Amino acid sequence: MSASDEIWILGIHMTKFGKYPNHDVVDLGAEAIMGALADAQVTMADIGILAAGNLMGSGGIGQQLQKQVGQTGIPVFNVSNACATGATALRTAIMAVKAGEVDMGLAVGVEKLAGAGLLGGGGKSKSDDNVWSPSGRYGAVAPTDGRIGTDTMPGVFAQIGMEYGHKYGGTSFELFARISEKNHSHSTLNPLAAYNKAMSLEQIMGDIMIAYPNTRPMCSANCDGAAAAVVVSGAKLKTLSLEQQRRAIKVTASVLTSDPWQEACQILPDVNTLTRNAALQAYELAGVGPEDLDLVELHDCFATAELVHYDNLMLCEEGGAVDFFNSGAPWRDGRLPVNVSGGLQSKGHPISATGIANIWEVCQHLRNEGGQRQIEGAKVGLAHVIGLGSACGIHVLESSAA
Amino acid sequence: MTDTVASHVPLVEYLVLGDKPHLVAQECTSCGARFFDRRNACAKCFATDFRQVDIATTGVVRTFTIVAYAAPGIPVPFVSAVIDCEGTSVRANLIEVPADPEHVSTGMNVELATYSLGVDDNGAEAIGFGFRPVAA
Repeated sequence: MSASDEIWILGIHMTKFGKYPNHDVVDLGAEAIMGALADAQVTMADIGILAAGNLMGSGGIGQQLQKQVGQTGIPVFNVSNACATGATALRTAIMAVKAGEVDMGLAVGVEKLAGAGLLGGGGKSKSDDNVWSPSGRYGAVAPTDGRIGTDTMPGVFAQIGMEYGHKYGGTSFELFARISEKNHSHSTLNPLAAYNKAMSLEQIMGDIMIAYPNTRPMCSANCDGAAAAVVVSGAKLKTLSLEQQRRAIKVTASVLTSDPWQEACQILPDVNTLTRNAALQAYELAGVGPEDLDLVELHDCFATAELVHYDNLMLCEEGGAVDFFNSGAPWRDGRLPVNVSGGLQSKGHPISATGIANIWEVCQHLRNEGGQRQIEGAKVGLAHVIGLGSACGIHVLESSAA
Repeated sequence: MTDTVASHVPLVEYLVLGDKPHLVAQECTSCGARFFDRRNACAKCFATDFRQVDIATTGVVRTFTIVAYAAPGIPVPFVSAVIDCEGTSVRANLIEVPADPEHVSTGMNVELATYSLGVDDNGAEAIGFGFRPVAA
């Protein structure tokens, strides 16, 4: 084998997202893998590397999954990159294929998150002996979450969206709620979404406030789920059946970035710069621009996050995200549909699965297998995730006929 | 009534108490990047020399959220904000202001203020900080 310039998704699968009280992460991950292998029309004997992600479990998910679906002695990479874990697993498998070490790789992400509640907050309590004693990197004598800003995700991303409004104007509680209204509406066509009920603007704005301006339906839905993908080199693909070649989806860009230093990044995560950097790299690699995209699945972990990523992914002019949304462009019948799956707010966000599930969604449309929510004639799509800390994964995908 | 002044303990090491409470940062002597915790090298330019600098005690609210639902034990609602203190971004709660969107907005002028977190068994009083509105 030699280094491969071409990378293709040969098979991909996502489980329905939702609550699985009788399934553990191994059951769910195995279901995704079996589905991806069947979709690719290969077996574990064909796979040269496994990259696996699971954040909330006990560790070593890759090996646990091998025992469930086939132990062949191949290298396993267990990866962890916050909400970008799934994309990182895929990127890892792609790097191995691209380097020419293997001609076929498997990536899987799985999470059990139903009922998990708020993520990111809390911190340790004051010690029992009732003495103020400094600890940690800031020498804090008491938990800082709630005393020095917020650590919880709804609040962090609320501030990210409000900052965009401060910089460019035009945002409001209602605007952010309308973004959520769009995604909940889209989800009604997605049978694999955790929630697929439309919600009116009044329902969304009148629901429980979590962190202004994000009400509960404007937050990503904690749920269980898994997704997996088989990637193959261009050379290997040529040896496979015409049917496999026809359904294969070309990965024209696979990019992972972390955040470069920015003045305020130590106090509020900067999700903008690394996303913009990843997008610039991805468009350059793929030889396409935002105007060539037929659909985008982006990381709408909160309604306030979706807005800033219109801009970060350059779907609009700099500062023009509000106008972009108000033009109707990101609705499924608009100029550039965004999150036709329902997004994280409605489809759900089983953390490690998300970065592969969004690629599954794009592949469905590029294969013209999107069923009732097919975006007609889709040839090029982009999938984006971000994990705080931060890590940003962007994949640009093209149909084989493109 | 005790006749001794209880010792004061700052909530975090980068809060300096005294007559004029203020925040301090570790500033890279090479590029000027500022950090509220210790760094082995500057995250911006990789230089390794730092000096302690005072942070302005007034600033402008660049963004905020009103947290209505938090981890157990954290009083809600509270206003979490990022304040631009003359070029240095500071994370803090907004205090002495109602926690609702009618009373809080980006672009507000604010100033540092301190408050008591309580007294421990040794008589030491912990002091926290936040930013409160000032007239424009």
